[in-house]
Amino acid sequence: MSLKRIDLLICFGSGCLSAGAQKIKDRFYEVLQAKGLSSEINIIETGCMGPCDYGPVMVIYPEGIFYKKVTPDDVEEIVNEHFLKGRPVKRLMIQDEEDKTFFTQKEIPFYQKQVKVALANCGFIDPESIEEYIATGGYEALGTVLTTMTPQQVIDVIKKSGLRGRGGGGFPTHLKWQMVHDNSSPEKYFICNGDEGDPGAFMDRSLLEGDPHRVLEGMMIAAYAIGAKNGYFYIRAEYPLAIKRIKMAIEQAKKAGLAGNNIFGSDFSFEAEVRTGAGAFVCGEETALIQSIEGQRGNPTPKPPYPAVQGLYKKPTVVNNVETLGNIPTILLKGADWFASMGTETSKGTKVFALTGDIKNTGLVEVPMGITLRELIFDVGGGIIGDHKFKAVQLGGPSGGCLTTQHLDVPVDYESLKERGAMMGSGGVIVMNDEKCMVNVAKFFMDFCVDESCGKCSPCRIGLKQMLEILKRIDSGYGKEGDIEELQRLGETISKLSLCGLGQTAPNPVLSTIRYFRDEYEAHIRDKSCANKVCPDLMHFEINKDKCIGCSLCSRKCPVQCISGSREEKYTINQLPCIKCGTCMDVCPVKAIAKIPGMHSDVKAQREAEELQQQNQEE
Amino acid sequence: MKTLADLKKIREKAQEEMKLRGGNTRIKVVVGMGTSGIAMGAREVMKTFLEEIANRNLTDVLVTQTGEKGLSSLEPVVDVIEEGKPKVTYGNMTPEKVKKVVIEHIVNGRIVSDYVVATGN
Ligand SMILES: Cc1cc2nc3c(=O)[nH]c(=O)nc-3n(C[C@H](O)[C@H](O)[C@H](O)COP(=O)(O)O)c2cc1C
Ligand code: SF4
Ligand code: SF4
Ligand code: FES
Repeated sequence: MSLKRIDLLICFGSGCLSAGAQKIKDRFYEVLQAKGLSSEINIIETGCMGPCDYGPVMVIYPEGIFYKKVTPDDVEEIVNEHFLKGRPVKRLMIQDEEDKTFFTQKEIPFYQKQVKVALANCGFIDPESIEEYIATGGYEALGTVLTTMTPQQVIDVIKKSGLRGRGGGGFPTHLKWQMVHDNSSPEKYFICNGDEGDPGAFMDRSLLEGDPHRVLEGMMIAAYAIGAKNGYFYIRAEYPLAIKRIKMAIEQAKKAGLAGNNIFGSDFSFEAEVRTGAGAFVCGEETALIQSIEGQRGNPTPKPPYPAVQGLYKKPTVVNNVETLGNIPTILLKGADWFASMGTETSKGTKVFALTGDIKNTGLVEVPMGITLRELIFDVGGGIIGDHKFKAVQLGGPSGGCLTTQHLDVPVDYESLKERGAMMGSGGVIVMNDEKCMVNVAKFFMDFCVDESCGKCSPCRIGLKQMLEILKRIDSGYGKEGDIEELQRLGETISKLSLCGLGQTAPNPVLSTIRYFRDEYEAHIRDKSCANKVCPDLMHFEINKDKCIGCSLCSRKCPVQCISGSREEKYTINQLPCIKCGTCMDVCPVKAIAKIPGMHSDVKAQREAEELQQQNQEE
Repeated sequence: MKTLADLKKIREKAQEEMKLRGGNTRIKVVVGMGTSGIAMGAREVMKTFLEEIANRNLTDVLVTQTGEKGLSSLEPVVDVIEEGKPKVTYGNMTPEKVKKVVIEHIVNGRIVSDYVVATGN
């Protein structure tokens, strides 16, 4: 029985760690030691609490007081004021625009519309303590399943719950399980997909780091249901903490008799192992992942045969995403009806999203399916940073699609998103403000997919490259009539003919931006103009002679010396050699230099002359 | 561990360790720890509460602190708050008095009226 009166939970998620959580913890140790308070206060490291942008964050119980952006210098004040005198430090709390202060974690608007199922313990327990997991009801579902249910009964519960895969495809979980359950093969495997290669995504990593036992318990229940004795966690090597935590969870569970032989006195025995991936996006694709675990190059293989029929070592295998597994224990504890009561007709339960981009509350959230994009971006995410407007949101990772203001009231569910050219994907949400150029955005994602294509099949290897070339041409001012149609034709063909999901979905960002921002493509091609001044060839810098005071600073700082003039004449940029570095604009003391949309007429004229010359030579 | 009953045992013990994070608490003890409270010995009072409660294995009691209570002549001041009952405020507390409050009020449910300075909200 402890003498503790305060639980100090410090977020040790990746975001807060990089913001300095370790230093805060060390400082607390020092100060508490110095003041003789160490025996009264528990310091607990947790997984991600969600609002990563405010890191390092912490929650202090019993009151549940939430502090943001804590620095080592704040620690002494927290101890003196809050721990000793019971006066929480207001200036470290979250405030809204109207200066309303939110004392406790529960009051913060960021958490209001969230419903935590998979993330229930993330940020609330010590992920390295099996006891804390058990205290929250952990392993109760496994015990109940093993001692009172048949595998078929487990599958029936999952079927009734309506759970669909959270790894991207949204495939009904019970169907895969049923297929492998029904297979009479004596050897079957279970794989947990923790590859998570989408740029900006950190849902699965956070869950593995913040509540590893939940994922392990989910895996064991699934393995029992399908009849597998061996399970693999496939986690990319860039996630060392996730790997460490899951390994630790496996060890702890074994020691406690919760993994290994005859778990809960039943006939069920289970061994779990961790396999690390080298971090190629395509290795998240299930057939490539299986190849990788087998020690081969991580190339996708044609489906059928599906892994459920012929998977790892040619045996029936179920591959499930980390978050999918994170839902399993709770569904069995609270019941299928409880789970199915959240969400829409076809998409049940909750979904974890990683909010990134030009949004105020970047971080990790879990919301009920069917929530609108508006609620997700503005209520939970807090809206757009600064004085900007919302322009678009990319859902579903690098091969998802872009949606726009007209879609803000679309419910977030598998079908609604797909109908509009985006997809649920694994939960990456990149929010973009009105300064973004959609042609440039599409090019960025295409560049990623070209890099990550494994090259096995030609539509993806050659076709995507072709699309990227056209995009590069458009954004450097060499776009021509018919390019948009060519992009669409290529995109549709590649989607149809590629072997795996990467190639099948990689054209999505281009196709969806053409669908919703066609005018931007047209302006790039016809008017040689990038309205948002993002594409360097389709904008230029200009000096306003009325404002220029002739100080010559820009001319001296210009790296290619393309600015000339005099105090009397004022200064002018020679547009042809200008490399659009923007230095002049930054150094001008009177802000006389501005970015102007559109290619400068001098450059246009020069390019036309070059083209003419080329034509003449050809003739 | 072989049965659900084994798991339950571990769970109960673990929940005990996590009770500060919102387990089931029957009684909350709130010690006034403003500057004057501390000057009058509020820290000793709080420490004694923590020790007594730990020694007696009282798993459903929570000790926390609050700022100035505006009763400076009566410091150290302690509220004992029990679910569904009026709040009881004790004043001029000392470690000796704390021991008595723990045994009488918290364990046996009998308010120590000699030390009470206010009741209700
Ligand atoms: C290119 C590509 C990358 C993928 N990356 C992941 C990933 O990182 N994590 C994941 O769980 N699923 C990923 N998937 C989906 C998997 O192939 C598979 O459908 C999923 O792991 C199944 O689990 P679920 O049914 O629980 O969603 C990817 C698919 C493709 C085509
Ligand atoms: S679609 Fe692309 S990534 Fe997938 S197998 Fe073909 S080449 Fe490889
Ligand atoms: S820095 Fe500004 S003010 Fe000075 S010469 Fe250049 S444009 Fe004119
Ligand atoms: S890492 Fe701390 S809130 Fe996400």
